[in-house]
Amino acid sequence: MALFITCLGDLFFPRAGMAVVKLLEHLGVEVTFPEGQTCCGQPQWNSGYPEAAAALARHFLDVFDGADYIVSPSGSCASMVQHYYPEIFRDDPARLDRTRQISGRIYEFTQFLVEVLGVEDLGARYPARATYHQSCHMTRLLGVEEPPLRLLRNVRDLELVPLEHPELCCGFGGTFSVKSPEVSVAMADEKLDDVTRTGADLLVGADPSCLLHLAGRAHRRRLPLKIMHVAEVLAEGVGL
Amino acid sequence: MAGGTFRARARKALENPRLRRAVRVTMNNFMSARRAAMAELAQLAREGLALGDFAAMRERARAIKQHTLDHLDHYLARAATAIGERGGHVHFAAGAHEVGEIVREIARRRGVTLAVKSKSMATEEVHLNRALQADGIEVVETDLGEYIIQLAGETPSHIVGPAIHKTREEIAQLFGRVVGRELSTDTPTLTGVARQVLREKFVRAGMGISGANFVVAETGTLCIVTNEGNGRLVTSAPPVHVAVVGIEKLVPTLADLYVFLGLLARSSTGQKISVYTHMITGPRRPGEADGPEELHVIFLDAGRSDILGTEYQEVLHCIRCGACLNHCPVYRQTGGHAYGAVYSGPVGTVLTPLLGEFRDWKDLPAEACSLCAACWEACPVGIPLHDLILKHRQKTAREGLDQSGLGGPLRLGAAAWTKPWAYRLSVRVGRLALRWFAREEEGGRRWAVKAPGPLRAWTEGRDLPAPPEKSFRELWAEHLRERGQRA
Repeated sequence: MALFITCLGDLFFPRAGMAVVKLLEHLGVEVTFPEGQTCCGQPQWNSGYPEAAAALARHFLDVFDGADYIVSPSGSCASMVQHYYPEIFRDDPARLDRTRQISGRIYEFTQFLVEVLGVEDLGARYPARATYHQSCHMTRLLGVEEPPLRLLRNVRDLELVPLEHPELCCGFGGTFSVKSPEVSVAMADEKLDDVTRTGADLLVGADPSCLLHLAGRAHRRRLPLKIMHVAEVLAEGVGL
Repeated sequence: MAGGTFRARARKALENPRLRRAVRVTMNNFMSARRAAMAELAQLAREGLALGDFAAMRERARAIKQHTLDHLDHYLARAATAIGERGGHVHFAAGAHEVGEIVREIARRRGVTLAVKSKSMATEEVHLNRALQADGIEVVETDLGEYIIQLAGETPSHIVGPAIHKTREEIAQLFGRVVGRELSTDTPTLTGVARQVLREKFVRAGMGISGANFVVAETGTLCIVTNEGNGRLVTSAPPVHVAVVGIEKLVPTLADLYVFLGLLARSSTGQKISVYTHMITGPRRPGEADGPEELHVIFLDAGRSDILGTEYQEVLHCIRCGACLNHCPVYRQTGGHAYGAVYSGPVGTVLTPLLGEFRDWKDLPAEACSLCAACWEACPVGIPLHDLILKHRQKTAREGLDQSGLGGPLRLGAAAWTKPWAYRLSVRVGRLALRWFAREEEGGRRWAVKAPGPLRAWTEGRDLPAPPEKSFRELWAEHLRERGQRA
């Protein structure tokens, strides 16, 4: 299994990445980390620069060529590869073919645990009142909604309370967060207000980008809220 | 085009707590009503009482739309023939000017001094009221929401609920001006005033103007879906009825119409079907008690045929249900006026730059969308609105119109990050820089509260955490060493 850490994961969420590594090794999976990896190209793609995104997508294909499974702690980056790479290589038959092969093998981390390894209960224990932020690309483009919730529901002493509007975007949206900072922040505020209303002290997510945005806003507002990646909750809960 | 930029208008909306509360409450109602309607549709489908669940119906609707648009000339001709055979008159209008001319000509011939209107986005689009008022014709909107915004001198802020941004108090003030006394804000009082004023207009009007939700090509039937009785009065009380319809509103047969009626109200307001589904085939026939003496159907192009056959064609599937607005997290924060155009929300973000000058509206796709794809999920005809917004962004970049200042860094970043050494170097530099700008805090965690360059906009409202001491790569290297020692 090859880990795709993503650029944001590498820079800002190294502990979530290590949590993924430790959990998978704990489950007996051999984890590799292709050193040449960089970024999936989503920022370029979403901002309207398909050629620039294609350069990174080509690089991605070269780096992960031959991997049996590719697992990422980011639902959004996994969806970029699976959902948009076929469009990027629409007119490049050789790469389109390689993309199709890779598309069937790339998984978001919790999806990999549940759908490939068939693991839903890690025997973890994590005492907290938590709520889960559903990230958009992971649910709508990658089609992964249930796996993180199933894993979290099986964590002992973790009281999982639902958000009023789990489907609402947190407002990150890549470059949207700096092109429309006021609306982006207003969206984060609504999400954080919803979180606060649940009485949760812990916010869990499966996308470093959403977490970075929400943590940044929560910190500016001095909200006493702990924000963690789902892999961190699980790894700590297992004692890894 | 509207004044200012999306960002400026959005900022103004964000500073209006009353507006935001009103929009949010209505959107919540629409969202939960739709959710219940979809669950019920799925149940009906299981019992064999519906054509299918949402996904199946949407696929059918999408296929019908695609087929109709691929053969639009044929269906337009068919509809024109059918309408003519039943005594109606058909006109084709290339744009706003032609619609104005056609309607004014009819009004002049019939000596119309007062026209009543039911809700129609197409007439909003071509600013028909202005054209008629220039001829001294009084034009009165009779949809409650439209009436409210007409009194306020505003444009609709939502496709389905034009006045959802207005509070009860504001409406009481507007109506109070009309009747010259102070009004209480309860629903019976307010609707009573509107009814009283508008009934008198219906009786006196020489012309009724409507849109149409669908036109059935095979029979020439106009289908008008409303929740208020005004649509029926507009199209049957005055001696002349004029319907202004976008050419994309055609469906081939009555059986096709059934598919769309099953989706429209459910997607829009969560109703199984709306209160009034009005089908008009031709003007009053001899011996009939009501209906207009004259019926005119104006098919409006106004940029639509330019969209046919392009990568944007699917936006013409739109049945104006408003579901994309109701589920859009950006619309939810700003309301519709921030979009600055007749069509707001995700569909407006796609449509407005296509119907107008692209250059004038490029900030909508650039700034009014977080690409969350909730619009696509809710859309009853499956328009991939988020992908069409992406296509707009590509066009913006391609034509050198991207003024965000991000194009250069993004391209440069992509070029560099195809080389692992350059990636590692830039991450190292970035880490150092960010850790430098992040000030120390209690608990040992560091946050930047004012970042430089392109990150300045980020720190307007958010703090940016300093990257942890070690990157993943460093932790991984350590992990490999430990693993090696263990082995």
